[in-house]
Amino acid sequence: MSELDERVRTSAYEADEHGWFGAAGDGAFGGRFMPEALVAALDELDTAWQKSLADPTFGAELDRMVRDYAGAPSMLYDATRLSERAGARILLKREDLLHTGAHKIRNVLGQALLTKRMGKHRVIAETGAGQHGVASATAAAYLGLDCTIYMGEVDTERQALNVARMQLLGAEVIPVRSGSRTLKDAINEALRDWGSSVDHTAYLFGTAAGPHPFPSLVLSFVRGIGDEARRQCLELTGSLPDAVAACVGGGSNAIGLFAAFLDDEDVAIHGYEPGGDGVDTPRHAATIHAGEVGVLHGARTYVLQDADGQTVESHSISAGLDYPGVGPQHAYLSASGRASYAPVTDAEAMEAMALLARTEGIIPAIESAHAVAGALRLAQERSGSTILVNLSGRGDKDMGTALTWFGLGSADDTSGKGAQ
Amino acid sequence: MSVSTAFDAARAEDRAVLVGYLPSGFPDLPGGIDALRCMVDHGCDVIEVGLPYSDPVMDGPTIQAAAQQALEKGSRTTDVLRTVEAVAATGAPTVVMTYWNPVERYGVERFATDLASAGGAGLITPDLTPDFAPEWIAAADERDLDKVFLVAPSSTDERIAMTTAACRGFVYATAVMGVTGARTSTSDLAGPLVERTRRATDLPVGVGLGVSNGAQAAEVAAYADAVIVGSAFVRVLLDHADDPRAGRTALAALTEDLAEGVRARA
Repeated sequence: MSELDERVRTSAYEADEHGWFGAAGDGAFGGRFMPEALVAALDELDTAWQKSLADPTFGAELDRMVRDYAGAPSMLYDATRLSERAGARILLKREDLLHTGAHKIRNVLGQALLTKRMGKHRVIAETGAGQHGVASATAAAYLGLDCTIYMGEVDTERQALNVARMQLLGAEVIPVRSGSRTLKDAINEALRDWGSSVDHTAYLFGTAAGPHPFPSLVLSFVRGIGDEARRQCLELTGSLPDAVAACVGGGSNAIGLFAAFLDDEDVAIHGYEPGGDGVDTPRHAATIHAGEVGVLHGARTYVLQDADGQTVESHSISAGLDYPGVGPQHAYLSASGRASYAPVTDAEAMEAMALLARTEGIIPAIESAHAVAGALRLAQERSGSTILVNLSGRGDKDMGTALTWFGLGSADDTSGKGAQ
Repeated sequence: MSVSTAFDAARAEDRAVLVGYLPSGFPDLPGGIDALRCMVDHGCDVIEVGLPYSDPVMDGPTIQAAAQQALEKGSRTTDVLRTVEAVAATGAPTVVMTYWNPVERYGVERFATDLASAGGAGLITPDLTPDFAPEWIAAADERDLDKVFLVAPSSTDERIAMTTAACRGFVYATAVMGVTGARTSTSDLAGPLVERTRRATDLPVGVGLGVSNGAQAAEVAAYADAVIVGSAFVRVLLDHADDPRAGRTALAALTEDLAEGVRARA
């Protein structure tokens, strides 16, 4: 199978032409619940994307960018010391080693190249912690596009360093002061911008969620994660893993990994959601585990909402997972039973972050630490099995949080409370 | 009661319909009802009651602020229905404008039933297009409720045909690209959009594009069947937050100015 064939491959777990995961009607997820004013733009994007999938020159150009600029394929690393502690063989897909430090570069390079193909000269994006914003600003600089990033005012204050990175890369960062002034409000504001700028602007959506075609389009650009990992695992171990694991906020890194294994029925698929202070408290973002079916940002999916359908504020120690919705394909994979989703608390994630740092010398993003924590739990249930974990990002950006959590930074006590 | 009664009456007078919007529960539940009744008393033909929602992607800062204020004061979906009941009792056809999730959450069938028994005329659905609305269309048809879907300057002729075929009551033309909000001059996108819409349907076409005074209303009334005003009414109440009496006077004056405008048809 060539690289291009892999990109257009579809399975029963993927969306139909209207964006429905599952048979349309009751029980289906996704779709396109959007203002009519944006439908033409979404149709234009869909058409351009379909055309690019069938165009070998687009595929070749994107493959070259992802390889030479982003550094893919990322390696699959046999984490032997962590495996010893876990009681199962743990393989880490090292997306943290890609340019800008996370899998997100794959998505933005794909969408930015598509923007060029559509003849548009400006991109906009939303960002929570700033990772998608930094990736978007990077891709825009690389391809010579104007770039505007919407970021909740609360987040601009929490992530001043990422604001500076985006600005250094030439992007304009607009603080969003409406609603809860966080990621969901940044998405609202980016959609408002797009409504009045569609003729020259593309919206680089940051995750495999939102209205059709975004969930499927983003998947097509991140599915290299799973395609590479599947091949690498076969080369390294001679067989498929027993289970794959990833963290799920919006869910792009997870779907990128899972997609390659959906039709491998013997491979268990596990997503780990941000459990915050615990799902028995109001402070979490475990959308599939604790949310209910609704419509948010253009798709029918699981949503953290109150009795009237108002979106409820989410919480996670990891800003990249702090979102009250989830990609509709994950909702479908959960409802259909193909994948299972469980919450991992802030404390479990931070413990896993420290453990990976000390056993392997790898500091993961707190997002990715949720997947590591989940894999450690899974290893207890599946002793001796092989678990492939998506290490979706690196932890440099999270050192401020780690410093506070572990009480680090004082030279006479460098042991830190979390590593005892 | 369908909004068509208001359109028939206006047509007989050779004028456009004035549609006035406020979110429910703003500035508070009784205050919002009083304000909407004041708008009816001073010349609004149809009332649009907004259902305040946490993620209003189509609204500009003015309506966002009002909706957020209503939510912070605890506005509920049932309060919207209560507002509809109180306003519809005046005899003015009253529709609800709502983002989709609150209706799904309430239950589409249940919402349609309760809206009909409150005397509501129907729904305007800014983030629901007919191709994703089979459940609402069925529930509305069963109860003869108006289904007002939106058309936009970017809509293809094919989509305008599909959308207008699903509408009942009137068609809502969003005549600027982008969000709601009062603007200083009316849009040159509106006229051509109304013309394209008329080629597809005999239903009346209402235009919403940030009209804030009688002169602009007259301009729009020259080519549209209804002039829809939202942000300007909200702005008046926001500007007089500390003095409700003065706010009511200003609201009445704005309504009268707009009502004169839809009769002038510049």
